[in-house]
Amino acid sequence: MIEPAIIETSFDVYAIRQQFPVLNREVKGKPLVYFDNAATTQKPQVVIDALVNYYTGYNANIHRGIHTLAEEATAAFEATRDAIKEFVNAESREQIIFTKGTTEGINLVAQTWGRQNIQAGDEIIISNMEHHSNIVPWYILCQEKGAVLKVIPISDEGELDMEAFEKLLSPKTKLVSVVHVSNALGTINPVKTIIEKAHQVGALALVDGAQSTVHLDIDVQALGCDFFVFSSHKLYGPTGMGALYGKKDILEAMPVYQGGGEMIKEVYFDNIIYNDLPYKYEAGTPNIADAIAFKSALDFTKGIGKENIRQHENELLAYATAQLEAIPGLRIIGQAKQKISVISFVIDNVHPQDIGILLDNRGIAVRTGNHCAQPLMDRLCIRGTTRASFAMYNTKEEVDVLIAGLQKAIKLLA
Amino acid sequence: MRENQSIEAIEQEIVEEFSLFDSWDDKYEYIIDLGKKLAPLEDVHKKDENKVRGCQSTVWLVADYQEGKVMYKADSDAIIVKGLISMLIRVLSGQTPDAIINTRLDFINEIGMMGHLAQTRSNGLLAMVKQMKNYALAYKVKDASLNN
Repeated sequence: MIEPAIIETSFDVYAIRQQFPVLNREVKGKPLVYFDNAATTQKPQVVIDALVNYYTGYNANIHRGIHTLAEEATAAFEATRDAIKEFVNAESREQIIFTKGTTEGINLVAQTWGRQNIQAGDEIIISNMEHHSNIVPWYILCQEKGAVLKVIPISDEGELDMEAFEKLLSPKTKLVSVVHVSNALGTINPVKTIIEKAHQVGALALVDGAQSTVHLDIDVQALGCDFFVFSSHKLYGPTGMGALYGKKDILEAMPVYQGGGEMIKEVYFDNIIYNDLPYKYEAGTPNIADAIAFKSALDFTKGIGKENIRQHENELLAYATAQLEAIPGLRIIGQAKQKISVISFVIDNVHPQDIGILLDNRGIAVRTGNHCAQPLMDRLCIRGTTRASFAMYNTKEEVDVLIAGLQKAIKLLA
Repeated sequence: MRENQSIEAIEQEIVEEFSLFDSWDDKYEYIIDLGKKLAPLEDVHKKDENKVRGCQSTVWLVADYQEGKVMYKADSDAIIVKGLISMLIRVLSGQTPDAIINTRLDFINEIGMMGHLAQTRSNGLLAMVKQMKNYALAYKVKDASLNN
């Protein structure tokens, strides 16, 4: 347990805000209040600088060049791999594959490991709270192979039904792919238990860390997952960048994904020798600038301290939850005991889109709709929610602005 | 609405009405009010084939053809969208297919709605306009085939 006094002195939200240039702007004549962090986070100046520095100082293609710029770019690019290895506590740097993001990571596993290992009659288990990225690749694979997609049901509070999950498991189960933290509800899922149960029936386990990596400490070895995927842009880093972690023996046994570029060792027209991990899965010129800048985001977060960030965000969550619950007719969707700083809510007789438009008119950015989790909305019998999701730079004053904006909107719409 | 008023004339009226508002709060209040006043669509019309689908709200749009003029009726589960539809109906309902197909609907830009809502993928105004024009085009084609 960290002393609260220490956190008070080391975490200064107003100083942190100074690092994020976009937070100084106005929207519709009002100061921006950015509460759409589960969709993407804003970028600190160090990340923006890293992008600019690469293009102004040492833009070069990596791995093959003999010249100074190529060496500098390669070193910076590979340094991010090391930073990610440390960030998720992977066994080795070879197990970190650069991707475009979470979605590509899942598709990569579905199209390589999945194609190689899934057969007709096999079963893949996902949950009712997955976003589309962790549904569609498996749906496609199951269609292709004649496999069956099974879904872990959830409670009305937005928690996985673990008893039902255990009943779904069988020797037919080949993979369990679940979200670590729900983007729409904020629920933190018991992924360690899920992974253990999956392994007991001989299945592999993939964890979708799109939402969890920015809030929780990630230790892939402690989790024991076979795959872990996440995106940079939800972690204060650039878009179009992410990583796939995999267990080494599994990654080595998987077939190649896309051909060309760094994934090649030797090419003859009658024989091709593929490169070793991690390059085997990194075809073409990668997203060099964004990969390099991603390290700046990881360093930045580390410098502030995830524990500090978590405490701050949890305070905002508690503060906002209490105020929202006091609004008549407002119902919070997702009441899991273990939650991160995401609040989804619905208001009686008011459409979320109307709320979103009127809040935007006051400079407040929230997300409305089904949050790319349509089956979840169907399960909860709602057409969508309004979602406020908090990041390290948000303040209680901003929550107050949200509450005032909401009350005005409800008055206007009622 | 006066008889035989042109699309441009009605657009001009709306632009003038909006020029009276000082703030976006007032504009939205007005649009919400329009939404509340729009006659609800009968439930029989609220079926899948009449939906202008978006990821956020649902719009139902139906059209009828009477004496060379297209008549529209529409509804939405979101009130601001409903207010916007109300304006589109005011401008386009009762016009000839040719007038509807050819109009640029500049008023959307002039009242400042383009930047606000028109481009979003969630039932953008443009999607609704497109659907309304599609109906007009269908009636025009039907007319042409009858006359041949």
